[in-house]
Amino acid sequence: MPDDTQVVPALELRGVSKLFGDHEVLARIDLRVMPGETVCLLGPSGSGKTTLLRCINWLETPDGGVILLRGKRVGVRQTHDGILPMHDRELAAIRTRIGMVFQHFNLWPHLTALGNVIESPIHVLRRPRREVVHEAEYLLEKVGLSDKRDVYPAYLSGGQMQRVAIARALAMRPEVLLFDEPTSALDPELVGEVLTVMKDLAHEGMTMIVVTHEMQFARDAASRIVFLDKGRVIEEAAADEFFERPKTERSRQFLERYNR
Amino acid sequence: MTLRMDVIWHNAPEFLSGLANTIWLCGVSMLLSLVLGALFLGVLTSRRRQLRVAAQTFVDAGRCVPFLLLTYIVYFALPAVGIVLDKWTAALGTLVLYNTAYMAEILRAGWLSLPSGQTQSARAFGYSGFLLLRRIILPQILIAVGPVIGNQLIQLIKDSAFLSIITIPELTFVANEVQSYYFIPFESFLVATLMYWLLCSGIEWLVRRGEKWASLVRRNHA
Ligand SMILES: Nc1ncnc2c1ncn2[C@@H]1O[C@H](COP(=O)(O)OP(=O)(O)OP(=O)(O)O)[C@@H](O)[C@H]1O
Ligand SMILES: [Mg+2]
Repeated sequence: MPDDTQVVPALELRGVSKLFGDHEVLARIDLRVMPGETVCLLGPSGSGKTTLLRCINWLETPDGGVILLRGKRVGVRQTHDGILPMHDRELAAIRTRIGMVFQHFNLWPHLTALGNVIESPIHVLRRPRREVVHEAEYLLEKVGLSDKRDVYPAYLSGGQMQRVAIARALAMRPEVLLFDEPTSALDPELVGEVLTVMKDLAHEGMTMIVVTHEMQFARDAASRIVFLDKGRVIEEAAADEFFERPKTERSRQFLERYNR
Repeated sequence: MTLRMDVIWHNAPEFLSGLANTIWLCGVSMLLSLVLGALFLGVLTSRRRQLRVAAQTFVDAGRCVPFLLLTYIVYFALPAVGIVLDKWTAALGTLVLYNTAYMAEILRAGWLSLPSGQTQSARAFGYSGFLLLRRIILPQILIAVGPVIGNQLIQLIKDSAFLSIITIPELTFVANEVQSYYFIPFESFLVATLMYWLLCSGIEWLVRRGEKWASLVRRNHA
């Protein structure tokens, strides 16, 4: 476990809140993710997991609290006139440092597998094409899809699409990678191939926040579990600890559903 | 009655130059209005309400004005308020103005048909503004509405015949000149009709080729 006083957290949330109307979807969430950690975010449907991820890269604007990426505030900037919201451009620059993998993959259908992976490094980060293509080929190999490089998403299985989506996120060399239920839209027999890739990433020291309902994955790969209910963090523990000795009644009930 | 195809043959260069004028006028104005239509799409889908309403009003109005009337306005009415354009500029301007309203509306329909999550994921990857439009949104829209744009180009070519009233030597104008000079209306208009038909067939062929490629991209979504 890295020493918190010396290492700057890769990502830190302090008192993040979000309201939809008068419905408090996130209530003063505190969360700290150190470099190399994999944090699994568990919780029942509607507990605010997706909203939390979307707040982190400002796809959803939080109503309160502070988000720090490597110690620098996300979404607002300090000026002479005080604190102002970031311009679209600054937000975009921050977002390139936070990778995201979606439940429904959201690959760009007009681009091939390789095209999807090289698209943003070339056009958003403006890195040289040759170098990017080279790295993208390596990433596709890493997720086991070298032979699909010229195939359009419409011709890939769900598991293959999600692996391309992971390669696409990695190609941006993100500091933190967010996963929102990456296997929930997959047929059961395709879940394993995606989780394998994710486990490898966790063990290689990628910093990740993973929303998932795959308890076995959380047990194997997570450094820490954060359990969310009704927009609050009600339990936070090391993975073994959480699964062996859940502290709250709510998390016990939650885990019971998966142990049958 | 014998067809005077020899006269037509004799005037082949005129017909061909008329055809060429029709092609370049419509081609160039289609490209320009695609670009302008894309800019309009940016405004039509903007977060600022006043901008959106203003753009929508222009588009709705633009699609209601008959092309012939628009030509009269640009070439005859504008000079009355001090804006004098030569006939080629007026012709091109009228075509672009007219067609942009349609393009904006077609592109917007395509935009509405995009699967949700596309813009989302692009934003998460750092896309915004024009880059988002150019790299992620427009290509998908063009795949979705390619055939509609092809159809619109055919409409535009037919409407461009009205430009003969401001003496633009496009295909219809040339056909009319030749027939009235040699008194061969049947032959002259027949040839012009055949040329329009060939041109439109060519466009339809291109659209079908494009559709083949688009179906590669689309398989699951069909
Ligand atoms: N755009 C929105 N407008 C209004 N309410 C919303 C919006 N997005 C989410 N909510 C509400 O916020 C709450 C949390 O939603 P969220 O999607 O974050 O939950 P979740 O934990 O990801 O659930 P799931 O496991 O079903 O994905 C839910 O009650 C949801 O109805
Ligand atoms: Mg969710």
